Amino acid sequence: MTDLTQLSAAALADKLAAREVSSVEATQAHLDRIAAVDADIHAFLHVSDHALEVAADIDRRRASGEELSPVAGVPLAIKDVLVTTDMPSTSGSKILEGYLSPYDATVVARARAAGLVPLGKTNMDEFAMGSSTEHSAYGPTRNPWDLERIPGGSGGGSAAAVAAFEAPLALGSDTGGSIRQPAHVTGTVGLKPTYGAVSRYGAIALASSLDQVGPVTRTVLDSGLLHDVIGGHDPHDSTSLSHAWPSFAAAAREGATGAVLKGLKVGVIRELPDSGFQQGVSESFRAALATMEAQGAEIVEISAPHFEYGVAAYYLILPAEASSNLAKFDSVRFGMRVDVPGGTVEDVMARTRDAGFGEEVKRRIILGTYALSAGYYDAYYGSAQKVRTLIQRDFADAFAQVDVIATPSAPTTAFKLGEKIDDPLQMYLNDVTTIPANLAGVPGISIPSGLAAEDGLPVGIQFLAPAYEDARLYRVGAALEALLVDSWGGPLLDRAPVLGANGGAR
Amino acid sequence: MSEITPDLVRHLGVLARIQLSDQEVERLTGQLDVIVDNIAKVSEVATPDVPATSHPIALQNVFRPDVAGGQLTPAQVLQNAPDAADGRFRVTAILGEEQ
Repeated sequence: MTDLTQLSAAALADKLAAREVSSVEATQAHLDRIAAVDADIHAFLHVSDHALEVAADIDRRRASGEELSPVAGVPLAIKDVLVTTDMPSTSGSKILEGYLSPYDATVVARARAAGLVPLGKTNMDEFAMGSSTEHSAYGPTRNPWDLERIPGGSGGGSAAAVAAFEAPLALGSDTGGSIRQPAHVTGTVGLKPTYGAVSRYGAIALASSLDQVGPVTRTVLDSGLLHDVIGGHDPHDSTSLSHAWPSFAAAAREGATGAVLKGLKVGVIRELPDSGFQQGVSESFRAALATMEAQGAEIVEISAPHFEYGVAAYYLILPAEASSNLAKFDSVRFGMRVDVPGGTVEDVMARTRDAGFGEEVKRRIILGTYALSAGYYDAYYGSAQKVRTLIQRDFADAFAQVDVIATPSAPTTAFKLGEKIDDPLQMYLNDVTTIPANLAGVPGISIPSGLAAEDGLPVGIQFLAPAYEDARLYRVGAALEALLVDSWGGPLLDRAPVLGANGGAR
Repeated sequence: MSEITPDLVRHLGVLARIQLSDQEVERLTGQLDVIVDNIAKVSEVATPDVPATSHPIALQNVFRPDVAGGQLTPAQVLQNAPDAADGRFRVTAILGEEQ
């Protein structure tokens, strides 16, 4: 029998629908894989103890002839930022250790309704603040391509889980690149939808005007399948868009034919020169562009003069919103409480927040509190909001000339654990290519473009489209993916090292 | 250079309800100084004629019918409380002795 963990979600869903395999078999295979490799990877903070029961229920319903969704029975990993009623939700923080939500996040509820089988909760930088998962209060996740390297962040757990074949599908959240940058460094696919396209209800808020939930997978089609399940209007989220979205799986299938590339105008940003990227990253990017060009795409140089201010604006807006969102961790209603004999509720609160928050979280709360202080508000937060307008205008000008914008997904391949942990500013600069999409609300996808020549590590190419044009990213992403996988003779992850030498398979 | 001083950081800790240790204050002062120097460049392009954007896709007047729904039970509300009694959250003294 084929190893069920190696199948794409789409292929597994087909086998389930054809009753060639049961959901119990598929779920067990992934639980076995987790048992074999997750001691090394540490993608999961919690593994469900009733996934097999959920799977058995799907099998029963299928056997009774019930009409099920196309992905029913496929296992799913869930980023710990999303609250779940049956598993703890910590957002990677000690302050929420053991927290059990009384309700499910909308995306989780929709995943359950579609018959996806939650396997567990994945590791992340604390409250999604970071680019490496090293800021998780529960220890870092390791990159399946090299266990000494970071899996990206904040959603390193979700990306590593799909890259290590511990799950075919995972949910992520992207505030400044937390879906796309982990995809880049792990050779996987990640898409940040248009702001408001997927509900944020039950996503523990980092920066509310930037956060967006999205799919983390190994193929573009699989992302489309998961996006179709989780997307659409939710009355529980007042920023949710009531837009009639097309099927993203259908867009991916259509794109895979490659017809979309003929005459496609692909914008390349003048202000992001190759010199700003690791050589192997820019080489892989240029090679991917050449592949598209050979199929009839036209590469157009565009200017986005304000993108260079994106990181600065982001690190004002995000801490400002985060300092406000994280005020709810007050030691009163939920979460940790530190005992202060004879102390007032404020003493308890201040000691709890010092003990319960990690270093990076405190750094950003203090920074946000500063940016919002009287006398600084206009110069910092106010100016950052103006930069947001300027970046939106850059996008509008660019999309008047091109259909999509392409960039390398991040400046370097996976760096070593510990390499940037003591230099917050260097860590922040990892997100230079991904942040503009969050500031402007436009969708972005990262797909593997190859391996960097100098270190053999994965590189991703990012495509950006106008707001509401998420389907365009699926078409273009699937078209390039099909060409590249064909040229490689198989998926990029086939070249990843064998994991679980201590007893695991593959 | 920005004007981040240890006293300012300590004050921000009070505002943010985080009781920072002296060591944390010292480390944060140096780090925030570097970070603020870098992010202050937003003011270079944020001229008066540019309107601010608070929200990437602006929506207005998002209403729903005024019908109660989706309530949690008191037990659900209190299930994660560090301390509770008589259907309420229990906390330590609100006021200190000198107040």
